[in-house]
Amino acid sequence: MAKQFDFALAIGGAAGQGVATPGMILARIFSRRGLHLNAYNAYQSIVRGGHIFLTVRISNDKVYSHGDKLDMLICLNQDTMDRHLHLMEAGGRVAFNSDTVTPGKAADGVQICPIPVKELTGGSRNKVIQNTVALGVITFMLGLDFQVLDNALALQFSRKGQEVLDENVGVARAGYEYAKAHFQSFDESVPNGAKPLALWTGNQALAMGGAAAGVKFYSAYPMAPSTGVLHWMAQNARELDIMVRQCEDEIAVANMIIGAAHTGVRSMCATSGGGFALMTEAVGAAAMMEIPAVFINVQRAGPSTGVPTKTEQGDLWQVLGASQGDFERFIAAPWNALDAFNTIPEMFNLCDKHQCPGIVMSDLLISEGTFSFDADDLNMQPAIDRGEMITEGTANGDYMRYKDTESGISPRAIPGIEGYVHVVATDEHDQDGVLISDEYTNPHKRRRMVEKRARKFAGVDKAMVAPSLEGPADAEVTLIGWGSTYGVIKEAIAQLKNEGITANHLQIKWIVPFHSQQVTEIVTAAKKTIIVENNYSGQFFRYMRSETGLKVDGHIRKYDGEPFMPHHIVDGVKEQMVGNTDHFVPHQEIMV
Amino acid sequence: MDGIITHDLVVDPQSVDDFKGKVDPDWCPGCGDYGVLNCLRRACVDLGLKPHEILTISGIGCSSNFPGFFNSFGMHTLHGRALAVATGAKLANHELTVIVTGGDGDGFGIGGNHFTHTARRNVDLTYIVMDNQIYGLTTGQLSPTSIKGMKTKSTPFGSVEPTYNPITSAIMNGATFVARGFSGDVKHLSMLMQMAIRHKGFSLVQVYSPCPTFNHDNDFKFFKTRVKKLEDADHDTSDWKTACEKAMEWGDTIYTGLFFQNKKAEALGDLEPILDKGGPLCNRPLGLSDKQVDGIIARMM
Repeated sequence: MAKQFDFALAIGGAAGQGVATPGMILARIFSRRGLHLNAYNAYQSIVRGGHIFLTVRISNDKVYSHGDKLDMLICLNQDTMDRHLHLMEAGGRVAFNSDTVTPGKAADGVQICPIPVKELTGGSRNKVIQNTVALGVITFMLGLDFQVLDNALALQFSRKGQEVLDENVGVARAGYEYAKAHFQSFDESVPNGAKPLALWTGNQALAMGGAAAGVKFYSAYPMAPSTGVLHWMAQNARELDIMVRQCEDEIAVANMIIGAAHTGVRSMCATSGGGFALMTEAVGAAAMMEIPAVFINVQRAGPSTGVPTKTEQGDLWQVLGASQGDFERFIAAPWNALDAFNTIPEMFNLCDKHQCPGIVMSDLLISEGTFSFDADDLNMQPAIDRGEMITEGTANGDYMRYKDTESGISPRAIPGIEGYVHVVATDEHDQDGVLISDEYTNPHKRRRMVEKRARKFAGVDKAMVAPSLEGPADAEVTLIGWGSTYGVIKEAIAQLKNEGITANHLQIKWIVPFHSQQVTEIVTAAKKTIIVENNYSGQFFRYMRSETGLKVDGHIRKYDGEPFMPHHIVDGVKEQMVGNTDHFVPHQEIMV
Repeated sequence: MDGIITHDLVVDPQSVDDFKGKVDPDWCPGCGDYGVLNCLRRACVDLGLKPHEILTISGIGCSSNFPGFFNSFGMHTLHGRALAVATGAKLANHELTVIVTGGDGDGFGIGGNHFTHTARRNVDLTYIVMDNQIYGLTTGQLSPTSIKGMKTKSTPFGSVEPTYNPITSAIMNGATFVARGFSGDVKHLSMLMQMAIRHKGFSLVQVYSPCPTFNHDNDFKFFKTRVKKLEDADHDTSDWKTACEKAMEWGDTIYTGLFFQNKKAEALGDLEPILDKGGPLCNRPLGLSDKQVDGIIARMM
């Protein structure tokens, strides 16, 4: 087996300096070569200025996080040099525009690569031309043929005209040749993977999951970090027959998808915590009227407006408590972009079958990260199960929308069919939809309808894959996580193994229904348990305890806005294995 | 029709009784909403509509109980949200006749944001607002359309707030059919409803529908002597400026009738290319075709 190639590159600059374009050009070069990629962009809620720091990690093996180390740092401004030079270790390369950036004191063995951009570009007035020069330098350093970059530039700039393309290819070549003459490339060249891979963000994965599930109505109010779902939907709406509406607020969004869903289409929306707060009354309305609809909450650091561009797993209790009263709904926290894609059709089938709302919890890390994927891994035409739905025919008028059946599921007739005329209501209602309060409030009827709806969820946890343990059953420590921390915990466990600590992994996806029995069995059999969460108060720990009565031995929590890196978890486990603490909060080294 | 109980739905309506809901209204005796309900039943009969072709959507409030008393598909949704729900329903099945019913608090207070933007989008809905200028279901508090100085349970010393004008607001927001009726003039109101349902685009019918229980300032008698039909006032319904001027009159004369209509503006559904062909979205097949899948993947590579 070939030695693993594992390389990470970071590009830093201010918003408006064009960090994204070279980042995407490189990402495309890598993924087309078949390399696995995981990119995380640290940014702030401003359009100009601030500090953007894009980390792109590539490997010929699967990568599950943006990793721990940087091999190459590209400084588009002095700020990047000042903030991040200290992260670079021996063997690393630091490239920068020597006209505008002064290098700092680097660690021994770090190669400093000043690029005289003005000289190489003949004094171009193009403000982002240094990015293209840097691409030339990077291409050389990675041992790639210039032709690879040439092709990528053609793809990127051809629609901007020959002149723009020529200028970019020219300066890229100048950068490439300058690097060849002055710098030492990495020992190892970028290899080729098995087959070309595609790229997506988690938001695109969620949107594509919706398209695959047959979503015909999508509405949204723009809110970071969920807006990418809206963008994909809007871009593809006409080709895929999806009605996309940008609404006046999230209250309208949620109610609009319920109205659409009632007519029989599959409807979805996405937002972040603040927008979801506005949607919550509608979530209960969907449950009461028994209308299936899928709500996505892409979590960001809260509370309130919080940190709009930073990640957190801080909305669990909000989602669990969304809307007043007792009601049935599904809640899932997918582990990565591919899982997010697959979760949407699964969620729609569940919601259709059980005639209730479903909530999918993503976060900034998944939703705005860029990842490679193998197109062959996608099932774009998944099984679609609409449940008991009446879409045609006639009835003699005795139809009861909320018929008290054994399963609690009442066949759902959509509006427009003769003989099935009925009213659905957010007020409590009887089997025929008539408001109980319109007639007389009847405690027995009320109880019967509550129990009818509740019965829909009896044994429902058997419909989805129960959580299971990854790794050796007799491991010294079991790491427990939920949602987006799957990848980083997995990589931390691999690192722990190298350090002589055997760990296994319990990751939870389904929040509701919660597989209490399976989780209890796994946790009680574990030698030592540590819960890893991207929040302050241990929201998942407290939820798990409430569902199972279980305690754990320790916690690793991060709530500084930045995602875990594998070594944060490794450090936390090591500290707890020697008994130094049972509550570890890692230090975030990268200042962004 | 003797012997037919309200639970037996008649599938081939020929009379207003066919639009009677499963239960009788529980409004107070003398409530203006009875007149509105009868007018809509009459209008639907006259338009040749059948119950299953109509989706009636309401929010919360006395008047929002309307769908339960009217035989059609119905949705009794959250307070203030009927227009948002209706927009989703209409765009997902544009073959349905979607009628939204509610009150002044529901529509202009808590639902004000949706009122603004549903009008702006010109969604093909008929919005009938039973305006009693008071919160009735919560036993008598100030509403956006309560008159200045009105004493209610929440303004025991008289309201100091100006009154919201639904007609001028609707016109300014872009509504393409803006009318006002009075529940005491059922013939006129029924005619306005018919016109509103026929109109392609967002239609507002504000109805003064007095509350005999909690609003003693603007009761049936108050309106009876003041309402004057725009048809008798030589009003040009294509002129939004005079429409606004007439809508702001509140004294010895209170105009009813059609204030403004824009027959040229296209409704939102007609502007959406995906509804051009293929029928209602709710009837289209789910899932992606091979061609659509190939297109998506190609763009991601």
